[in-house]
Amino acid sequence: MGAIFRRELGAFFTSSIAYVFLGVFYLLSGMLFYINTLASGTSDMAGYLSLLFLAIIMLVPVLTMKTFSEEKKQKTDQGLLTAPISLGAMVLGKYFAVFVMYLFGISIIFVHAVILSFFGTVDWTLVASNYVALVLMGAACIAIGMLVSALTENQVVAAVGGIFSLLFIFMLDFVAGFIDIEFISDILTSLSFYNKYYEFTCGIFNLSSVLFYVSVAVVFNFLTVRIFEKRRWS
Amino acid sequence: MIEVKELTKNYGDKQAVKGISFTVNDGEILGFLGPNGAGKSTTMNMLTGYISSTSGTAVINGVDILEDPIKAKANIGYLPEIPPLYVDMTVKAYLNFIYDLRKCKLPRKDHLLSVCNLCKITDVKDRIIKHLSKGYKQRVGLAQALIGNPPVLILDEPTVGLDPSQMKEIRTLIKKLGKSHTVILSSHILSEIQQVCDRVIIIDKGVVAADDTADNLSKKMSTDHRLIVRLEGDKDEILTKLKSLDGIKSVTADLEKENGVFEYEIEAMENVDLRRKISDVAQENGWAILLMKTTELTLEDIFLKITMGEGIENIIPDDKGGEN
Repeated sequence: MGAIFRRELGAFFTSSIAYVFLGVFYLLSGMLFYINTLASGTSDMAGYLSLLFLAIIMLVPVLTMKTFSEEKKQKTDQGLLTAPISLGAMVLGKYFAVFVMYLFGISIIFVHAVILSFFGTVDWTLVASNYVALVLMGAACIAIGMLVSALTENQVVAAVGGIFSLLFIFMLDFVAGFIDIEFISDILTSLSFYNKYYEFTCGIFNLSSVLFYVSVAVVFNFLTVRIFEKRRWS
Repeated sequence: MIEVKELTKNYGDKQAVKGISFTVNDGEILGFLGPNGAGKSTTMNMLTGYISSTSGTAVINGVDILEDPIKAKANIGYLPEIPPLYVDMTVKAYLNFIYDLRKCKLPRKDHLLSVCNLCKITDVKDRIIKHLSKGYKQRVGLAQALIGNPPVLILDEPTVGLDPSQMKEIRTLIKKLGKSHTVILSSHILSEIQQVCDRVIIIDKGVVAADDTADNLSKKMSTDHRLIVRLEGDKDEILTKLKSLDGIKSVTADLEKENGVFEYEIEAMENVDLRRKISDVAQENGWAILLMKTTELTLEDIFLKITMGEGIENIIPDDKGGEN
């Protein structure tokens, strides 16, 4: 797992994906930050952080698109799958590499908070709880993006597929509003990523939401392992 | 040591490999031969655990690849048809990655250096793989398979893309490795198999069509009762006189090779040596014998014969049944 983690993290930098991701993410979040706090003359970061959700949906698939699709295309998966490691270690090695890249990205909110502290008082507990929310939501989104990448050998398909899957999940709330049957709309709402994230941005630390995000990450990583297992047996 | 029993792989309705069985002993180099799509790579992929078998077992050094894949894989160095190279990495970084991936315990620096020296890639070790020529990439692929010094080596067409002198080097290397490793080697180049391998398995349409040493195979298929003779003399006279000899099955005149000299292909009944008789007849009639040779089959001919469906029955060793 360690070897794959290190190689994957290094590959982000040699393939310049790291720079593209971090550059665009910092730019987007900086813009959102400026518009929602500095330009609006408020030290309340909640509005900014709830919008950051969109940037994550757009950019996490950029990190995950290559993870498995490229290996399959270059036939390097053959090297990994015949190495003396388990499929779980292979998937998790890649998962944590993407996760660390993601952490590099979202840690920018602390920089923003520090900038804001020069102009007003910053609610640091709120910032911390938001960071936890971003970490958890990212953990779930990355697992979903990687599953999409494992299904195709085309990076672009993996990226677009990842963005659409995450957008769909994001839209679940919206869809739920249009459905009259109560129990279906209840299910959709409870599967929604956004309302759980929104709670965090308001400063509500809900343990069930934490469990929700962690379970999604575990389930999707497990499904990715199963895909490789199935491919081996079919 | 590799023991394969009744290995089968189905892709949907299609049966790619149909119950292959064979054993490779320690220190033996086995050649895998077969036309495209015969199931060579599929078999190798099953042995290395890349894909699973539908039924049957593959045991690597006493460990079943499906029962304890991690332990079995630790025993195998595998060079797939397309080397699994991360082309953005330098050779050194890549080999270090493989070293970590295989959880190698040997002293890192010395081991990597000795592998690089063996494969002759020491001078390119700081270069990025995608900038290397195909021959060098292939050698990096081979180096990757040697890391951790696994006792079993499975090499899928290891000399593809190399120039003749590199091919020779790699063959010598494989022969050297074969003394201390169990090696399976697949190749399209038949002379390579003939040179390098102790034993040859010909796979055709998913079954083992032949399993023997290269020499034995040519002996079994060889037709010492078939001669090629070049005689100077009247063509029709020679044909009639030769045909009247005892023990002759057929005589055909081939092209006119030199002025007034034809080549004749003579097939005798089995176990009849015609050479003296032909020499006598030629002397009586005053024909000059310019050439006489038995047609010995090369591995190439055998391969073609077997895969074209000719004489498969003859070629399967009689003791085949006892092997399972």
